[in-house]
Amino acid sequence: MTTHEEKMRTARFKVDDKPHIVVDAGICKDCAVRACVYVCPANLFVPLDDGGILFNYEQCFECGTCYIACNQEGAIQWSYPTGGFGVTYRES
Amino acid sequence: MMTSNATQDTEHFDVIVIGAGPAGNAAALITARAGLKVLLLERGEYPGAKNVSGGVFYGSRILHELIPNWWEQAPVERYICRRDIALMSATTAVSLDFRSTATGYADPPYNGFSVLRPKFDRWFAAQAEASGAFLLNSCVVDDVLRENGRVVGVKVRRELGEVRGNVVIACDGSNSFMAKKAGLQREFDGHEIALGVKEVLGLDEHLIRERFQLSGNEGMAFEYLGAITENVHGGGFLYTNRDSLSVGVIGQISSLVEHKKRPYELLEQFKAHPAVAPLVRGATLREYSAHTIPEMGWHMRPKLYADGMLVAGDAAAFCFNSGLYLEGMNYAMQSGLAAGETAIEACRQGDFSKGTLSRYEHYLKQRHVSEDFQRFRFAPPFVNGERLQNLYPDFVAHAAENLFRVDGNRKQKILPLAMKSVRRFRIRPHHLLRDFYHAARAYLW
Repeated sequence: MTTHEEKMRTARFKVDDKPHIVVDAGICKDCAVRACVYVCPANLFVPLDDGGILFNYEQCFECGTCYIACNQEGAIQWSYPTGGFGVTYRES
Repeated sequence: MMTSNATQDTEHFDVIVIGAGPAGNAAALITARAGLKVLLLERGEYPGAKNVSGGVFYGSRILHELIPNWWEQAPVERYICRRDIALMSATTAVSLDFRSTATGYADPPYNGFSVLRPKFDRWFAAQAEASGAFLLNSCVVDDVLRENGRVVGVKVRRELGEVRGNVVIACDGSNSFMAKKAGLQREFDGHEIALGVKEVLGLDEHLIRERFQLSGNEGMAFEYLGAITENVHGGGFLYTNRDSLSVGVIGQISSLVEHKKRPYELLEQFKAHPAVAPLVRGATLREYSAHTIPEMGWHMRPKLYADGMLVAGDAAAFCFNSGLYLEGMNYAMQSGLAAGETAIEACRQGDFSKGTLSRYEHYLKQRHVSEDFQRFRFAPPFVNGERLQNLYPDFVAHAAENLFRVDGNRKQKILPLAMKSVRRFRIRPHHLLRDFYHAARAYLW
């Protein structure tokens, strides 16, 4: 058994200064589904008490699941990090 | 050199390939071999850096035709001569265990190999480079470059800004922004894409041989369907590498959302299943990864060509998810080669219009890509159906439990036993008939 934190520690990230994913907190406030919170394999979407979503792009696997799962038009703006940045796999 | 009239411009290429995975590398290799000026763009630090696969590459023969005895020099893990497909309930697994040393399985060119993509893709890209393709790593392509409605190159997020070429081959994977930007692909629905999460688990080589009853460099592929993902549509896999295991869970995105399941928790559950736990015991986590998988094949393929552009590999949804066959790298390679052949012919003719590039369809057919996807087009929706995902595996496991249980009561013949299970699982005869028909249409004729 490994915890999610242990899993995340095995992946290597080179963080781009510029976020490659932008989440519109205003739209998230009105979202009841919150698909992103469950489906993100890196657990980067954290629901806040005030109904918003806290998002951290730094440990993103760049898989695209969040933006495919999100049913709120315009809530997630998704692109790739600048070349050479982001996740780098060595084994997978 | 067979090339167009624009070679005086140093930024102009005959072929620009986006993405150095199996499709892109194959396209770059074959076009470079034909003497074309080829640019291969990769957004990772190196080819394979962003790539994840369950990890079995079936179709060794395809690559053998390109690079004879490729497995002798490539970073392969094990050749796959054992397969196990299991239906599971929470407590039980019933499986079809296949093992063979028949021709082609345990001797060259072999039927398939387990591979680790950061190593394999890097090697394959180096072969394209050796053939003359120019590989540029750490380069994201943001858009296609268009003039008069034709694709004439790409916009890259680098100081050079744009690169021009006669044919752009988009092999940019399952989230193909290029196919979308060129208007060839639509946005996807959550039922068409699955998320795969995976762990590479280190395990001693000798232990792997003993545990999986393998000798030498033999390898094994397990695929699981049923309760491992609870109600989520998907499955699990376990593949043996040389001194590690690739273990993962795949879940349809819409179904993960519907059931509010976290993929990495499903993975932990999967590893704890009584049929899986003994296989991963004592293994240590080396790397956790995630990637999306286009699952609906024929039903989600884009338009495959435009003026000046072709789409191949996962970007064209050439990922084969049919239950029986789970293959992607071989179709990626075949479609990459077909796209390369099309580009070569277009360069020969000096015509890069849609009309000429439509030859791609012919080459895809010749390489049995579109043929396979069309032939098995009913399989993905069938495999992803609710009853096949959540009812039948449980039913089969339960029926087998009853069949093999010896508890002092009198033994019953198979039919009454089965009927008991049918009643317990409330299986409706008309559903069963319909599913038999769908299964037969998917696989039999």
